[in-house]
Amino acid sequence: MSDNRNLFNKVWDQHAVRTLPNGQTQLFIGLHLIHEVTSPQAFEILRDRGLKVAFPERTIATVDHIVPTASQARPFVDLLAEQMMSAIEKNCAEFGVTLLDLKDKRQGIVHVVGPEQGLTQPGMTIVCGDSHTSTHGAFGSIAIGIGTSNVAEVLATQTMFLNRPKVRRVVVDGKLAPGVYAKDVILYIIQKLGVQGGVGYAYEFAGTTFDAMSMEERMTVCNMSIEGGARCGYINPDQTTVEYLRGRPNSPVGAEFDRAAAWWLSLASGPNAVFDDVVVFKASDIEPTVTWGITPAQSVGVSQPLPKLAEIGAEDQKLIKEALEFMDLKEGQPIKGTKIDVAFIGSCTNSRISDLREAARIASGHHVAPHVKAIVVPGSQLVREQAMKEGLHEVFQAAGFEWREAGCSMCLAMNPDKLQGREMCASSSNRNFKGRQGSPTGRTLLMSPAMVTAAAIRGFVTDIREFA
Amino acid sequence: MAIKEIKQITGTALPLLLDDIDTDRIIPARFLRCVTFDGLGEHAFEDDRKQDPNHPFDQVRFRAASILIAGRNFGCGSSREHAPQSLMRWGIQAIVAESFAEIFFGNCGSLGIPAVVASRTDLERLAQAVDQNPVLQVTLNLETQKITAGELVIPVTMPNSAREALITGQWDYLGRLLSAADDIRAHAAKVPYLTGWK
Repeated sequence: MSDNRNLFNKVWDQHAVRTLPNGQTQLFIGLHLIHEVTSPQAFEILRDRGLKVAFPERTIATVDHIVPTASQARPFVDLLAEQMMSAIEKNCAEFGVTLLDLKDKRQGIVHVVGPEQGLTQPGMTIVCGDSHTSTHGAFGSIAIGIGTSNVAEVLATQTMFLNRPKVRRVVVDGKLAPGVYAKDVILYIIQKLGVQGGVGYAYEFAGTTFDAMSMEERMTVCNMSIEGGARCGYINPDQTTVEYLRGRPNSPVGAEFDRAAAWWLSLASGPNAVFDDVVVFKASDIEPTVTWGITPAQSVGVSQPLPKLAEIGAEDQKLIKEALEFMDLKEGQPIKGTKIDVAFIGSCTNSRISDLREAARIASGHHVAPHVKAIVVPGSQLVREQAMKEGLHEVFQAAGFEWREAGCSMCLAMNPDKLQGREMCASSSNRNFKGRQGSPTGRTLLMSPAMVTAAAIRGFVTDIREFA
Repeated sequence: MAIKEIKQITGTALPLLLDDIDTDRIIPARFLRCVTFDGLGEHAFEDDRKQDPNHPFDQVRFRAASILIAGRNFGCGSSREHAPQSLMRWGIQAIVAESFAEIFFGNCGSLGIPAVVASRTDLERLAQAVDQNPVLQVTLNLETQKITAGELVIPVTMPNSAREALITGQWDYLGRLLSAADDIRAHAAKVPYLTGWK
């Protein structure tokens, strides 16, 4: 009998410890990733209640949100950040959790580290006190962001209660045009389905466009599922997944790897798999995409003008007006040519080696515009090391970009990397919310790393297809 | 752990009928540089408040409010529990909105904050009533799933699992999870990647 369950439901069923009379599932969690921002209060809950970490070997900690990327000498200049670092060091030591700290080469953004270390594998349930945990769905896992109370629950029991979501298959077929990247695909999907469209759903990204993507591109797509309201997004495991995992530090080896790979591939949604909803897009409709507003759905193709208020339904006008006013942009104006002040290449969306290679390829032989401050923040120490082996840092530095240490940096500006005042930032990150990049009135334009690089060099939003 | 049954919240209300309010706006990231949730209350919506002198959170007439009236997709974005923590510490005990982002909704449940949904039309009527009379007593009854405000009675909804947990005082999820400790160990022994895929 063929299994008509989609991957999500196969993995869910595998991890269901019990179902409560109210329909909630107590779900076993295969991998718990923690970081310094959302864990201290959780450890405090354990201490208050005299509890231990139930499966310390299934818990991995790193530091990313608050770490400075210029100088990492301890104690940090920011005493609050220093206090948080001390807290995670103490908590991990006391509760027996492995911590990849700044002295450990494996340190980096939690959603870069998990895949890089082979911790993230198909068929797992993965949680982290961070909404971009959806990144790990790229491997065909159920990966969701959780709050701090949930972090305490998972630390103490390796389980949590969840309602089973519906599953929407988001199909994109076809070859992406030159200059169109994974980032553009997910920005396009969010533009079409909205920031709330995915609430109550897990997104299965399927179709030939995703089949052709590398694992790093798939991570970029799944990373921003949450920006579309879907707590979890995933891509079915295939040979690309298997090859990425072969030889990773935490991957199985030898005959065990073969058994694992067979299981991973068996989880993929089959041809008869059932979905609660299906939407279909064409890769050929996607162009380099740029956000112009204060939600990730407020975006346009770079050749397109901003929407006109008259074309928008009455209920959305208030939001659009608020966004235009905050961004100091006009309805119907082109996005191309919008002047920028800062360029940021980094974040759990786009800070992996393939992102840096592409940005360096574009930056090579050019120089950042005189009025632009441009920084490159690798996603992990290992990404940074690899980039330096390839000489990418020299390309960036010669082009006028600052080359930094690994961390979350200006994606959410919990460290010293912040916008100032009304600065406009071309950013490869994931959120253009008001104040997101550290200045309450700072402005963010989300785009691919390639487009950020082109904008940094020209000094304004530039169509990468016209950049030479 | 003994925990409070939450069946009804009564108090004045605060209208903030905006859409797609993200958790960065509720509590800007710089205030996440902390190891306890203490002191987050005063920073709720801090940057929005600084930019809007008429922000409802700064209006004296709404200062004592315990029920927040919000729009569509409230609490989207970051998973930070600091967001509902800051609202709770501000004095908010319940939220009624057109819809909620999922992680935020779950975080409210963990803190015993009822997060209920009402239609836009009803929310606008409620917001108007409160705007006209800020001392109006508003009652959210989770058992009847109704909000009553003077003459106004509006239906609200909340998923049963979360609603029942509040009503029966079983929203200490950690305690309930721990009660299955043996089942958890037994389950772990069947998970393929914990047993060498044999």
